[in-house]
Amino acid sequence: MEREKLFEVKDLRISATNDDGVEIPIVKGVSFDIHKGEVVALIGESGSGKTTISLASLAYTKPGLHFAGGEALLNGEDVLTMAPLRQREIRGANVAYLAQSAAATFNPAITIGEQVTESAVLHGVLTQEEATKRAVKLYHALELPDADRIGFRYPHQVSGGQLQRLMAAMALCGNPDLMVLDEPTTALDVTTQIEVLKAFKKVIHEENSAAIYVTHDLAVVAQVADHIVVLYGGEVMEQGSADQIINNPTHAYTKRLMEAVRPKPEAGMGTEVSGDHDRSIDNLQVEDMTAGYGGIVDGDPRVTVLRDINVSVENGHVVGVIGESGCGKSTLARVMAGMLPPARGKIKLDGNLLEGALKDRKLDELQKVQFVFQMADTALNPKQVIGDIIGRPLEFYHGLKGKEKHAKVAEILDLVELPAEFASRYPMELSGGQKQRINMARSLAANPEVMLCDEVTSALDSIVGANVIKLLTSLRDKTGVSFVFISHDLSTVASFADEIVVLYAGRIVEQGPTDEVLEPPFHPYTRLLISSVPEMRIGWLEETMKKREMAVGIARGVEITAIGCPFYNRCPLGIEGTCDKKVPPRIFLSNGHEIDCHLTLAQLKEAEAEAQRILHGYEKLGNEDPVIVA
Amino acid sequence: MMKQMVLQRIAIGFATLMVVSVIVFVMTSWLPGDVASIILGQAATPETLAALRAELGTDQPLIIQYFSWLGNMATGDLGISKAGGATISSLIESRIGNTMMMAGLVALVSIPISIALGLYAAMHPGTWLDRLVTFGTLSTISVPEFFIATVLVLILAVNLHWLPSTTYLTGDETTWQFLKAIAMPLFTLVIVVSAQMIRMTRAGILNVMNSPYIEMAILKGVPRKRIILRHAFFNAIGPIVNVIALNLAYLVSGVVIVETIFSYPGLAKLMIDAVQTRDLPLVQACAMIFCGTYVVLIILADVASILSNPRLRQPK
Repeated sequence: MEREKLFEVKDLRISATNDDGVEIPIVKGVSFDIHKGEVVALIGESGSGKTTISLASLAYTKPGLHFAGGEALLNGEDVLTMAPLRQREIRGANVAYLAQSAAATFNPAITIGEQVTESAVLHGVLTQEEATKRAVKLYHALELPDADRIGFRYPHQVSGGQLQRLMAAMALCGNPDLMVLDEPTTALDVTTQIEVLKAFKKVIHEENSAAIYVTHDLAVVAQVADHIVVLYGGEVMEQGSADQIINNPTHAYTKRLMEAVRPKPEAGMGTEVSGDHDRSIDNLQVEDMTAGYGGIVDGDPRVTVLRDINVSVENGHVVGVIGESGCGKSTLARVMAGMLPPARGKIKLDGNLLEGALKDRKLDELQKVQFVFQMADTALNPKQVIGDIIGRPLEFYHGLKGKEKHAKVAEILDLVELPAEFASRYPMELSGGQKQRINMARSLAANPEVMLCDEVTSALDSIVGANVIKLLTSLRDKTGVSFVFISHDLSTVASFADEIVVLYAGRIVEQGPTDEVLEPPFHPYTRLLISSVPEMRIGWLEETMKKREMAVGIARGVEITAIGCPFYNRCPLGIEGTCDKKVPPRIFLSNGHEIDCHLTLAQLKEAEAEAQRILHGYEKLGNEDPVIVA
Repeated sequence: MMKQMVLQRIAIGFATLMVVSVIVFVMTSWLPGDVASIILGQAATPETLAALRAELGTDQPLIIQYFSWLGNMATGDLGISKAGGATISSLIESRIGNTMMMAGLVALVSIPISIALGLYAAMHPGTWLDRLVTFGTLSTISVPEFFIATVLVLILAVNLHWLPSTTYLTGDETTWQFLKAIAMPLFTLVIVVSAQMIRMTRAGILNVMNSPYIEMAILKGVPRKRIILRHAFFNAIGPIVNVIALNLAYLVSGVVIVETIFSYPGLAKLMIDAVQTRDLPLVQACAMIFCGTYVVLIILADVASILSNPRLRQPK
């Protein structure tokens, strides 16, 4: 049955004008259709024009861009040539926009309720009273906590995942014909991503609205899209049904994109360490460390972020630190770097005790531990050329000047696989991936023994991110530098780390060699993380949500406690009276693999077997009801 | 949390006042000239000088002089003018009303005009009115205030004979006469202080206009007027009130040039006269009043920015 066409894009062209007045085409003749009740995904890397195209449905271009041709017909009316007043009318009323970062798109000074209902009321779709009522209904549908009163709060008073769902409520409140979702889950933790995806899918289905879903993540697309448009450099490479694009891609670029999709984290994905750089003493060691913020009272920080942490980094090894946002990953790196002195515990470098505070550390100790920040954009001084950015640590730590420094800068640029000419360029002239390489080159210039990498691939496209990981692996093999690699992305950690530390609410719940951690038995939290990583398979989301750990683990939030097991309130296997009261004992397995849990090894193994049975039983029977074994 | 922040601001303000009191006291005590010899003039003999110094307390160690001065000031006893013999309180009283009235009137006229013009310019960036505002404010900021005052005198008093060029208040004029008398310094000050406030309002709003939440408001179809007044203004209040506070403080302490040109009997002129006559207690008292005005206004500005920020008003 041919459904009614809602939105038609015909030969859309969008251009930018540079400082010299020359037109640069950004979108070069793109066409696609959206029918009622359909979700169309625009996928591609950054620079593919996907966001620019999606904004055309709102008759909007980012500053500096303009429409250069073609049509965008909404219900048969071209939005590009509408009078400005009419364009304002359709925004919010007919087409609604959901941005990538809800934290930035909610106005910090206005209550959530007013922002959610504003558009519907302004356009006269609903009265304030009706809109408020509808908003509360949507909060319930989106499974937001305290739905009746959440509208009275300010954006900073709710969590990131909740804000993302509230933005969906904001878009849906005016009952639009078309929603534009621009990377709405990219900035979220895997566990939060599932919950948001699930809520989006449910309301899109219930409201029977159409949507443009913009993303670079094929695994996410597979869960929500009916139709997929693959974009590259402002042109359509391929388009077709979700099934066809996912299972049967024909264009070479689509295939390349598929290859860059990070596989499900599994044992055996990592590379072998050569052993060339092995030494008897660990590079960096953290012993019984407790740290937090707000000053120290009676030996404890006022707000404890990390508790009893033991981590050691071997020479030439990569220790991956994973966990959801807020679990203390970055704080761990800050303690190691000396930016946050711990309240208790020791930090050792090559077996020697390190001072807790940066200012008390010696120059050679500073030089040996280097930090790589997440955002190259903010870490690199925009007014300095690359040569100065990399040259500064060379001068500061190694006293290099003049020709010697220039030669060394070229050498380091070569190490991060960039040409020596880059030394005279400014960060602004570089692409995101190149900037991240410079960011790493800056810390490499110090010639460190340990590099602390805080989410260095998180802001990058999958293809670019994969290249950065390749570079890090080769650096490790060439220079013997060891890494502490912090990421919320389990797949990336699995492909790069030799050891994994799983952090939850400031405590280590499991750690050991990568292959051991990613094989059962799992800590229940590790299991939740692994099963939350989306697979590029249609129907994966529904299937996963039927697993028991999802029902418990996704719905509840992190509670930081000093008593009992921190994961108790989200654990499907928690034992009342034990897990909530006593600190879990450490189970020691082979090869230094450790799990902190009250359950016995046999119980953990049984839980795993049961989960597999449920999953397979579900697949065989095609059972529609969620199988939840109490 | 908010209460704590406000109390903290007040404590910092108080500490600032203390530090300033030390600086003011030490600096003025270093100034050359002995008040006793100024007062006695020709009649000074070593005996009368010593007697007067003992009476004034200037023969005591500096630290004791400081604390007795501070204690007196805290109890409202500002001391006796060393030059004229009148109490400093009465000298200041005669001027502070004039100063506060002028500052209040200027604030009353300039703040609404500045915010309105700044908002209007921000609402229509690039239009001729925006350019006029930008150009006009830049010109008045870069031109010294005595120049503005002189030009106004030249046009309004000398050429057009509309207004008197000096302010002479007797206390029994009609409202109309009164307004006419103070119009010249009022105009000058409004022009001087408005320029900065207009620019800050415009810049603050335009800065917020680049935020993603403003783009979101555009994409929700919110009209531009509402975007500026409801979405942008509350997020830009912090810097705007701070500039307003600084300008108000300037109206109390920094208007000496304008007061001199128009012979307006205000506090700033009193202080300059006191410096000329080496009337140190009066200089000290004026300095403390000026500093106190700054501190109070800055605290008020800080509290206003705290109140306008829901993150601080309503923590998690």
